[in-house]
Amino acid sequence: VSHYRLFPKALGRLVAALGVRELHLTLTQGFWRTQAWGQPPLQAPPGAELWVWFQPTVTNIDKAWKELSNILSGIFCASLNFIDSTNTVIPTASFKPLGLANGTDHRLLRYAVLPREVVCTENLTPWKKLLPCGSKAGLAVLLKAERLFHSSYHSQAVHIRPVCRDASCLAVSWELRQTLTVVFDTFSSGQGKKDWSLFKMFSRTLTDACPLASQSKVYVDISPKNKEKELLEVTPPPASLHEAIVQGDKRTYAVYDLLSPSLFNTSRSLNVQLKWKRPQDSSELPTPILYAQRYVSGYGLQTGDISTLIYNTHPYRAFPVLLLETVPWYLRLYVHTLTIVTKGKENKPSYIHYQPAQDRRRPHLLEMLIQLPANSATKITIQFERALLKWTEYPPDPNHGFYVGSSVLSALVPSVIAMKDVDVEQSPLFASLFPSSDGSSYFVRLYTEPLLVNLPTPDFSMPYNVICLTCTVVAVCYGSFYNLLTRTFHVEEPNRGGLAKRLANIIRKFRGVPPL
Amino acid sequence: VVEGLSLLDLGVSPYSGAVFHETPLIIYLFHFLIEYAELVFMITDVLTAVALYLAIQDFNRVVFKKQKLLIELDKYAPDVAELIRTPMEMHYIPLKVALFYLLNPYTVMSCVAKSTCAINNTVISFFILATMKGSAFLSAVFLALATYQSLYPLTLFAPALLYLLQRQFIPVKLKSKSFWLYTMQYASLYLCSLVVIICLSFFLLNSWDFIPSVYGFILSVPDLTPNIGLFWYFFAEMFEHFSLFFVCVFQINVFFYTIPLAIKLKEHPVFFMFVQIAIISIFKSYPTVGDVALYMAFLPVWNHLYRFLRNIFILSCVLIVCSVLFPVLWHLWIYAGSANSNFYYAITLTFNIGQV
Repeated sequence: VSHYRLFPKALGRLVAALGVRELHLTLTQGFWRTQAWGQPPLQAPPGAELWVWFQPTVTNIDKAWKELSNILSGIFCASLNFIDSTNTVIPTASFKPLGLANGTDHRLLRYAVLPREVVCTENLTPWKKLLPCGSKAGLAVLLKAERLFHSSYHSQAVHIRPVCRDASCLAVSWELRQTLTVVFDTFSSGQGKKDWSLFKMFSRTLTDACPLASQSKVYVDISPKNKEKELLEVTPPPASLHEAIVQGDKRTYAVYDLLSPSLFNTSRSLNVQLKWKRPQDSSELPTPILYAQRYVSGYGLQTGDISTLIYNTHPYRAFPVLLLETVPWYLRLYVHTLTIVTKGKENKPSYIHYQPAQDRRRPHLLEMLIQLPANSATKITIQFERALLKWTEYPPDPNHGFYVGSSVLSALVPSVIAMKDVDVEQSPLFASLFPSSDGSSYFVRLYTEPLLVNLPTPDFSMPYNVICLTCTVVAVCYGSFYNLLTRTFHVEEPNRGGLAKRLANIIRKFRGVPPL
Repeated sequence: VVEGLSLLDLGVSPYSGAVFHETPLIIYLFHFLIEYAELVFMITDVLTAVALYLAIQDFNRVVFKKQKLLIELDKYAPDVAELIRTPMEMHYIPLKVALFYLLNPYTVMSCVAKSTCAINNTVISFFILATMKGSAFLSAVFLALATYQSLYPLTLFAPALLYLLQRQFIPVKLKSKSFWLYTMQYASLYLCSLVVIICLSFFLLNSWDFIPSVYGFILSVPDLTPNIGLFWYFFAEMFEHFSLFFVCVFQINVFFYTIPLAIKLKEHPVFFMFVQIAIISIFKSYPTVGDVALYMAFLPVWNHLYRFLRNIFILSCVLIVCSVLFPVLWHLWIYAGSANSNFYYAITLTFNIGQV
């Protein structure tokens, strides 16, 4: 990469130096509530997630991975340097390359997730700096940290992948995609009404487009629900409407093109407002076809169960789903207790890849391809045992517990409505966000909840005492043995002496009792 | 073991994880026997009891013969009349030994828990039987099997050697040629059988993976699951800097008592064997109550020495109280959450074993 006009130099140099083919980094605060908010456009697990495909020319991938995570932690001010071999796995089937790829040797892939990572304004600032206009012009002026973090869910991501430069695909260029997903809870803070405006959400309005941008558009979802028109009103009226089929749903978008000169004719700033004509009593969101939950069960600090529930709500189509679970080494999984039950019957996965953990070196990796019958709920259960760690391996707050990263579900979900191919030139956003390889299904990657598990803790105030007491026991044992082994017995003459004894003997003679 | 079997079924080497630490022969044994697991463990316990019975019977016969000889040679002092063992009391000792083993609550617990320690005990008791009968070959084979499964029975080499020498009436002098000859014979039998067994395991699983998993695990103590021994809490609270040093010290501790005991107890190799088994069960890296059961079974053999045991009441009380408190304190720590209890756990039992 040699033209750094739009592409940030920091990432470009990184990609070139370490032989990275694809890089996907997400930093997320909060968990996407599918029941309340519907199907997510792009879900990310809470915490930090990093997965990277390396070029085949890289010789020592583990070293490159370590360097990469350290450099990225510097660029994004996130503690990605905690990524090491104890939380890195090599999935075999789940994370296929999203860009151009020649071969897919899964040994070139690394995946790590840090569920405990917290996202804050320090992570947003370097993310904004990577944009060509920064936060000075264009859509990014809306991104003020104080409003963005006043939200229920905040996820920022950086995706780098190689793409064809044009339709004939003679040259390959790097595509950098930065996404920001935020869920504002205006319902609770906006006096019970679901009306919103850009000014209310971001405390700013749009004034112009970034001069370096070739396209700068705002899409507002105004899909009618239940075929009722005129339920909501968007001001200012949009210049055009765009229809697309997104995740099996037909949606209509109002389009505001910041580059068109007619937009800023009436006022110098653009404040998109949405008002509901009729009060909404219940928000009926369509149930997503595929969703999952995960929880840990059991009592006590010795054993437990991890259960994952996967729901397929499609009325008549069954499809397979690929489940990837990464469990840290201190929860020892027992794979003979793995049970998969669908509708009361056992469901055998068609592909299992299990790599057991090694203490302090590698986490557990479980990948399974499970067939989900139509309209069913599948429950996957596996038992684990908790290990006792050395006292220095506990985090500063040991009774908070240990986080287990989200498990990843990847599936090609069949859509109810037939989808047509989206033209890349016309709407690059939809082409890259919601690609469809064939018209009947779309790719979905879901993440389950992370788990919080308590481990038995030793008493942290006692290292010196423990050492002393245990060594005392050993010394007692050694002492007794030494005594037994080296004691010699002498025959001792009974001694007559002792004044007290003689007196006692005299008294005894008087009493008639035999002497001592 | 079940985990190892299922990993094998999945096509992954059972030793690639950190959960399975048994030897390949055990995997293959259980491959066939997993359906009848309870029956298998009951049979192993019965076999152990039978082996101990026969062994002690033989031992008693030898002891009685020696005693008779010494009485005739008039070597005993006259005060010792009450210590002379009569055939009548000696008749019941083997039965008592077998019953001690079978009815010991520790044995019952380890059978119910289906712990592979029972198999270990069976192999060791067969080794003792073979040694008592005087067959050097069989005893070497069984000792090799026992060492193969858990490293510590290596220390039983010395008492077995001493007993066999005694049986052959070869005096234990460092200069004597026949002593060295016999020692070499026995050692080579033992080493050859050990090598054969290890190579057999290699061919069963086509890899040398099992060596670090089984022996490396025993020697370097990476897993700190609480058990009834001393090590786990010690290593949980150790400073990182010293952990290698202390691992070495603890392991040496087990093997260290062999030589002094051999020198002191060369006249009484069976007692030596008993003491050695006790030491192994205290200081081994992952002790279980099954090990304790094995050496407690030997107590009736030395019936006549009971009057010389000091503090017997206190000891038995401490032992019983500790055994009762173990599950209570375990429950308290793991399920109810009070931290120091498990530590008390470790100290008490080992205190009383140390005194015994």
